[in-house]
Amino acid sequence: MKNKFSKIIIFGFVISFLSIFWLGLKKDNSYNTKDLIGGKITNFQLRSIYNSDLITEENLKKNQFTLINFFASWCAPCRLEHKYLVKLVNQKKNIKILGINFKDKKNNAKTFLNELGDPYYFVAEDTDGKASILFGIYGIPESILIDKELTVIKKIIGPIDQEKLEEIFRLIK
Amino acid sequence: MLSNIGSILILSVLSLSLLIIYNSYLDLKNNNQLIKKSIYSLSLFQITFTILSFFTLIVGFIYSDFSIINVYENSHSEKPLFYKIAGSWGNHEGSLLLWINILVLFSYLFLIFNHKHNKKFRLYTLIFQNFLILGFVIFLLINSNPFSSIYPVPLDGLGLNPILQDPALAIHPPLLYIGFVGCSIYFSAAIASMLSEYSGKQFALAIKSWVQISWVFQTLGITVGSIWAYYELGWGGFWFWDPVENASLLPWFAISALMHSVMVLEKRNTLYEWVIILCLLTFILSVTGTFLVRSGILNSVHTFANDPSRGLYILLFLSLMVFTSLIIFFKKRKKEIYSFKSSSKETFILANNWFMVFFLATVLIGTIYPIFLDVITGAKVSVGPPFYNTVIIPLVIPFLLLMTFGPQSSWIKSKKKTLYKTFYILLGAFIINSTLFYFFGSFGFYSNLILITATFLILHSVIDAKKSIKNRKTFEYPRIISHLGFGMLVFFIGINHHHSIETDFNLKVGETKILYGYELFFENITIEPNKNYKSIIGDFKITDLKKNYTQYLNPEIRVYTNPETLTYEAAIKSKISSDLYLTMSNVTRSDFYNIKFQNKPFMIWIWISAFTIALGGFVQLILKKNEK
Repeated sequence: MKNKFSKIIIFGFVISFLSIFWLGLKKDNSYNTKDLIGGKITNFQLRSIYNSDLITEENLKKNQFTLINFFASWCAPCRLEHKYLVKLVNQKKNIKILGINFKDKKNNAKTFLNELGDPYYFVAEDTDGKASILFGIYGIPESILIDKELTVIKKIIGPIDQEKLEEIFRLIK
Repeated sequence: MLSNIGSILILSVLSLSLLIIYNSYLDLKNNNQLIKKSIYSLSLFQITFTILSFFTLIVGFIYSDFSIINVYENSHSEKPLFYKIAGSWGNHEGSLLLWINILVLFSYLFLIFNHKHNKKFRLYTLIFQNFLILGFVIFLLINSNPFSSIYPVPLDGLGLNPILQDPALAIHPPLLYIGFVGCSIYFSAAIASMLSEYSGKQFALAIKSWVQISWVFQTLGITVGSIWAYYELGWGGFWFWDPVENASLLPWFAISALMHSVMVLEKRNTLYEWVIILCLLTFILSVTGTFLVRSGILNSVHTFANDPSRGLYILLFLSLMVFTSLIIFFKKRKKEIYSFKSSSKETFILANNWFMVFFLATVLIGTIYPIFLDVITGAKVSVGPPFYNTVIIPLVIPFLLLMTFGPQSSWIKSKKKTLYKTFYILLGAFIINSTLFYFFGSFGFYSNLILITATFLILHSVIDAKKSIKNRKTFEYPRIISHLGFGMLVFFIGINHHHSIETDFNLKVGETKILYGYELFFENITIEPNKNYKSIIGDFKITDLKKNYTQYLNPEIRVYTNPETLTYEAAIKSKISSDLYLTMSNVTRSDFYNIKFQNKPFMIWIWISAFTIALGGFVQLILKKNEK
């Protein structure tokens, strides 16, 4: 009797472990950008990497369009995409870029921006990466394009290149 | 061309596995005491073809055959030869081929070297090992074929990630794989043992060497990985509780427990059931680790291999392994009666095992808790060092004490006298700690206890060593060496943790900065072209003001061309007592460079300690060879 009980416990334990792993694998689909588009950005509060200024979703309502860009100084593709971000703010006046500095050291991030130019109107810190995860980010670089109502229009996974830049131009015309 | 040869070789390995399983099954019914010759030849063919397939891939990398997707994605014609070769296992597909190579290698070696053991046991082992080989070869063929070809053939490759271009990282995967995949052989042997009822002492003798070999390689592999993180990633530490590091630690705990309990089985013919559980668990945890890393279910520094479809296959295979072993285990288990006294060696070894299981459970929970929470509640969390430090550190203290007392007791029942003696040594450790305390200043309560117990273990090991050299008890060397290594490891980590200096600031060429008793002079900057990157090298003169001693450090910024990447190479001056660690990064549009300066005491001793732990295992293997 006791033996049977322990068997059930062990099998139950193993089965629940394995099924959680299985669910965890399936869960990856929730990162799909399709689910994000049309959704709204809600409830966030982030601090600047330069001073104690805060930014929340309310501030974004003032911009016609906002591109939320996730970057880090240690991320090589971010370095490649950076010039397109600079190009974007130089050519279009109706868009602002909010930079979220993902799992980075403040000094390194500042060095990065000194070196490559600063296209951001606000650079927020996310030292432990938690805030970025709440935005549905699972790797960097990634960018989310939102409008005045904070509705997500487009999510870009991977570095922005000329092609993606032109797509943004079209979307914010 | 190469791609075809490779695929044909892999298919031959697959068919040979099937043939071996079939022939072994037929031979089981044969009453002859010897295994059929044909099985030996099939196995020989299998290992030859497997190794050839790996060589084919390496040749593809050396000659930059970009018609193979794998070479195109992970190599470049301008890469140095050494990294072309290392590139062949620096990616998911190639490393899976390496994995299969090791499975087959261990299968063959086990067949040859265990000829003195029961035939049925050996045949069952061979059958199950070939089921494992089959599973992974099918995985390779349907999902991760390193020989897939691409047309039209690209002109050049994409290049290997520069941070993987490091000698330590070239040898890290092979070492770790021998350690992890080597466990497969006693997973198969454990199942075979239950099916053939070849148990007890005989079984312990059959698996002991294999356990030791894989333990040594796991220890080395983890250490080399840690050294790579320190020198190459430039994070300035040696352990980060990164999920992948944890995944490698899980089987290590299980195998360390197994290494100890297999001795009890050999000497006292007890704990058989527990040994079987650990044999099964070690390889299951290795595969679980692989699942966690390769499926992309966890995010970590090893993200070169993220693909949910891979994850699904590994998970399926893992479930099959777990259920097969559980069903066979419950079918074949026999009640065992344990009878040993409370202060005997077996009790201490069992206590060691419980500690190992505790550490294992802690790390397992910390690693997979984020997945559980994500699946159940959708919340994202990450578990970091504070969790591990809080849970593990207090338990290290009694663990170290047990490591010291345990070996002093003898099998079955021990004398009290030797136990008393060790208390004097404990007193010595206490005095040493107080001295350290006096010189270095304050540590916390736990740190004090940890340093005392670690010193205690070190002192005791040294005294033991003296004694066993005098009495020529060579069989004690391995244990003494490994325990000494562990004591040293904890001791140096403790000191290092409390007395590291870290600071960063901006500096121009020609400027001087004074901090923590060091004078830092930024002399010059030079640019040097290299084969596949350009180096920007800083010349720093660092003077220790107390000792009036000067040394030069040259941190580098490397600009790689393929793929276009910047890496920061730390300049590290390792001395016996401490490491000076300097990294620099450029601040453009100004003449300043951002400098990170660290002084880490006893860094080199942490590596030495870890190697000492592994050395114990090596010594044991050598001693055993001489016995024969």
